[in-house]
Amino acid sequence: MRVGRETLTRVPKIESAVKGAVNVEGVSMIFGDSPQERLRHRGKTNQVLDSVNFQIKPGELACLLGPSGCGKSTLLNIIAGFVQPTSGYVMVDQQPVTKPGADRGFVFQQYSLLPWKTTFQNVELGLKIKGLPKAERQDIVGEYLNLVGLAKYRDAYPSELSGGMKQRASIIRALVNSPSVLLMDEPFAALDAQTRHMMQALLLNVWDTLKTTIVFVTHDIEEAVFLGDRIFVMGVQPGRIKAELSVPLPRPRQLDDMLTPDFTQISRQVFDLIREETLKSMEN
Amino acid sequence: MASTLPQSRVHADAVAPVAKLWRTLQILFFANRSATRCLSLILFFGIWQVLCITGFKFFINFQLVPSPWEVVGATVEFFTSDPGVHIRSSVSRVLLGFAVASVLGVILGLFIGWFQIIEDLMMPWLELLRPIPAVAWIPLAILIFPTAETGMIYITFIGAFFPVLISTIRAVENILHDIVLIRVGQCLGANKWFIFKDIVLPGALPGIAGGLTIGMGNAWFCLVTAEILAGRYGVGYITWESYVTSNYPPIVMGMLLIGLMGAMSSWAVGRGMQALMPWRVIKKQGA
Repeated sequence: MRVGRETLTRVPKIESAVKGAVNVEGVSMIFGDSPQERLRHRGKTNQVLDSVNFQIKPGELACLLGPSGCGKSTLLNIIAGFVQPTSGYVMVDQQPVTKPGADRGFVFQQYSLLPWKTTFQNVELGLKIKGLPKAERQDIVGEYLNLVGLAKYRDAYPSELSGGMKQRASIIRALVNSPSVLLMDEPFAALDAQTRHMMQALLLNVWDTLKTTIVFVTHDIEEAVFLGDRIFVMGVQPGRIKAELSVPLPRPRQLDDMLTPDFTQISRQVFDLIREETLKSMEN
Repeated sequence: MASTLPQSRVHADAVAPVAKLWRTLQILFFANRSATRCLSLILFFGIWQVLCITGFKFFINFQLVPSPWEVVGATVEFFTSDPGVHIRSSVSRVLLGFAVASVLGVILGLFIGWFQIIEDLMMPWLELLRPIPAVAWIPLAILIFPTAETGMIYITFIGAFFPVLISTIRAVENILHDIVLIRVGQCLGANKWFIFKDIVLPGALPGIAGGLTIGMGNAWFCLVTAEILAGRYGVGYITWESYVTSNYPPIVMGMLLIGLMGAMSSWAVGRGMQALMPWRVIKKQGA
């Protein structure tokens, strides 16, 4: 897997320094509360998020960490604009989020490449939508494929790719658009442990190169500590931000940093914060 | 114990040729798929011939059924007279009906699948017409259409249209249900048209292909019905005419000819659609 900063020359950057401020203000989400839903949920409402507030600085890699059912994916869907919160709002670069848009890239947990398009055609989608001429698309997509070591597989269909390759393609498909913020919803959860670690290292490498703001949702403590500048630990019933902590580990980080006492200590700290919530979510 | 040993050896020698024959058969017929398929046809016609020769009669009666051999006779007779005009008229009716049905069915299906208002406007009466069998349309087809020819094309159209329509609608709905793929488009900044043409349409293709294959078969299915209306030509007409004149072997020949042409055209449709979907790799159990 060739990953290098030098391979990426023509990709627009620099501007990322001012892009990607995410502002989540008093976001609450109650499922089963809208008129259409009331019928389906038979009047039972379910508060998934309770007045969530946080700010993410441009260029930051923030992790939303919590047990299943804490509403972390819902929160990410709200930032993406896929769903509207019951109350509160989200601002990205001072613009209120009302619908999905190209300024917020999204990497899904499930494999989400279009099965009828090759790797190249999948990655080029955003640029095609923007109306970039073909030659330019070729150049940009080629560089991103190099960045994540997929150049050899540009003409392969998703069914011919491994899980890790599919997720690498999904990541650069979101990144070719140079979004203000990259939203990642447990993107490595379906991968085996070794591939997952390689992907985490690769993501940090890509992030070092592009400095895109990333909001990374995960339930994996080590993953959050290894990747994040800051970790927002979420609690359950209702979902809310229980704690926020900075990860003081120096960058660039390597995979074997996971074996250092500092890393273990921070993980331990996060583990203590999250244990109570995990137990709560298991009871339900 | 001592005596069983030579005995079992004799037994083994007797089995050996059978096993050998079985091995030969396996190599001949199961080594490749086209041989397996030939074997299936040989068995089909062989069993049919045996049932006719023995005059099988147990609940179903084969005593008056033309045997494959008699059908071969009728077929030879048919092909030595002037078969072209019959085959040509039938094929053109079916293909025209199918062509109109697939164009209309796919376009209407895409619209109904994509737009709620079009579904609400069209589906009530389409669902009302759908269960009506082709044969029930004959009187109206005669009244509505200017010529018998267009009436017949309409009957084959009816057979093909609804499978294509319903499959297309369901295929579009299935891809709309796959919310992740729609969201992929949305968060890349795609407008509705782009989502439709780059995500919904290719995603619906496998379902549409299924509908077209069934529709092709159904158009042939309705051929005899259509050609009841006919004056003089058509494979379906021959089949019907032979029934009226109690001449049985040509009936079976007509049936098989329709079956054959139907199977070939369905196969062609399937192949054509497969070529449109190069990303689909299908690996079956034991393939």
